[in-house]
Amino acid sequence: MDYSGNGKQFSGKVVTVTSGKGGVGKTTLTANLAAALAADGQKVVCIDGDIGLRNLDVVLGLENRIVYDLVDVVEGRCRLRQAMIRDKRLPELYLIPAAQTRDKNAVSPSDMIRLTNELRPEMDWILIDSPAGIERGFRNAIAPADIVLVVTNPEVSAVRDADRIIGLIEAEEKGPARLVINRIKPAMVKRGEMLSMEDVLELLAIELIGLIPDDEGVVTSSNRGNPIAIEGKSKAAQSFRNIAQRLQGHKVPFLELQEDGNLFGRLARLLRPGGN
Amino acid sequence: MSNFLEKLFRREPNSASQAKERLKLVLIHDRTDMAPGTLEEMKDELIAVISRYVDIEPEAVRIDMTQDGREQRLIADIPLRPAKRRRP
Ligand SMILES: Nc1ncnc2c1ncn2[C@@H]1O[C@H](COP(=O)(O)OP(=O)(O)O)[C@@H](O)[C@H]1O
Ligand SMILES: [Mg+2]
Repeated sequence: MDYSGNGKQFSGKVVTVTSGKGGVGKTTLTANLAAALAADGQKVVCIDGDIGLRNLDVVLGLENRIVYDLVDVVEGRCRLRQAMIRDKRLPELYLIPAAQTRDKNAVSPSDMIRLTNELRPEMDWILIDSPAGIERGFRNAIAPADIVLVVTNPEVSAVRDADRIIGLIEAEEKGPARLVINRIKPAMVKRGEMLSMEDVLELLAIELIGLIPDDEGVVTSSNRGNPIAIEGKSKAAQSFRNIAQRLQGHKVPFLELQEDGNLFGRLARLLRPGGN
Repeated sequence: MSNFLEKLFRREPNSASQAKERLKLVLIHDRTDMAPGTLEEMKDELIAVISRYVDIEPEAVRIDMTQDGREQRLIADIPLRPAKRRRP
């Protein structure tokens, strides 16, 4: 599928990253997707929509450069440009940080639509990191979205909450959402002790756009404030870059996470919905 | 030894398949906002209504919720008694 909206070069796409359950990897995905898109030469701005629980700045390693934030922009204390922190590692990557000390009701869905409309002519991609759950912050984050990515882990509670959020996204006419399954452990899947990609897809019945293995390198790169997707060699790094490719409309096969090409792996590949 | 054989042959289904089966049911109820007991209650009422018009086998009636993509479907399988048995 082509998500790039070909022909509309002057209008950036708004991609919202959300989830039902917290801690499944939204901020990590937003940071790495932003980095991967920017490394592909795209103009990218990411907005931290988690007001009061700012995090995207530290994962991107930009926490020391914050002067203004999203609420300052919305309340007119600064111009939009002044709140956009430029990441010096990549040509065109910007962050608009969340306010840390403000009430999350300081921003409304129409503020977000206005703000992103101002960014669209200048940017290729506007990524919004949504807070978990179904409250104001979630509504703010999906209001301007062209594409919604739902992140889940292959665990009962995360899958259940993902289903709820997918339903809400449909109800808001922002669907169909695309699914990212994060922190999959191939060895556990192989032993039958973790839901597989196929299981999760069958349960949630939406299109998959990303499959990311659980990888310690994700934690260490966040520790350093240096997104793994920029030049990491691991499968996790590659799977973030693949999502960026798919968003740009390229057909990229899902990585084979199983180490050995045994019968199990081959069967899984054969049974995989969508064929790639 | 018998304990060992038991373990070998009657293994508990692995936790991934348990998770999947449990989630299937949970999601059906979440999506339809229908409590697990409601289906049974509905079944009893359906049997009563249908029995007023045709002769059915109440024990064989099956009402199931199934998933079709992200849509839920209520499937009723209601076997009818053959007419000749009703008029001996
Ligand atoms: N693929 C992964 N492998 C290992 N750890 C991960 C992975 N994805 C996320 N994490 C870790 O999980 C934690 C929660 O991730 P985060 O992105 O903050 O979640 P959210 O924004 O959804 O609350 C972080 O410590 C992060 O480093
Ligand atoms: Mg977060």
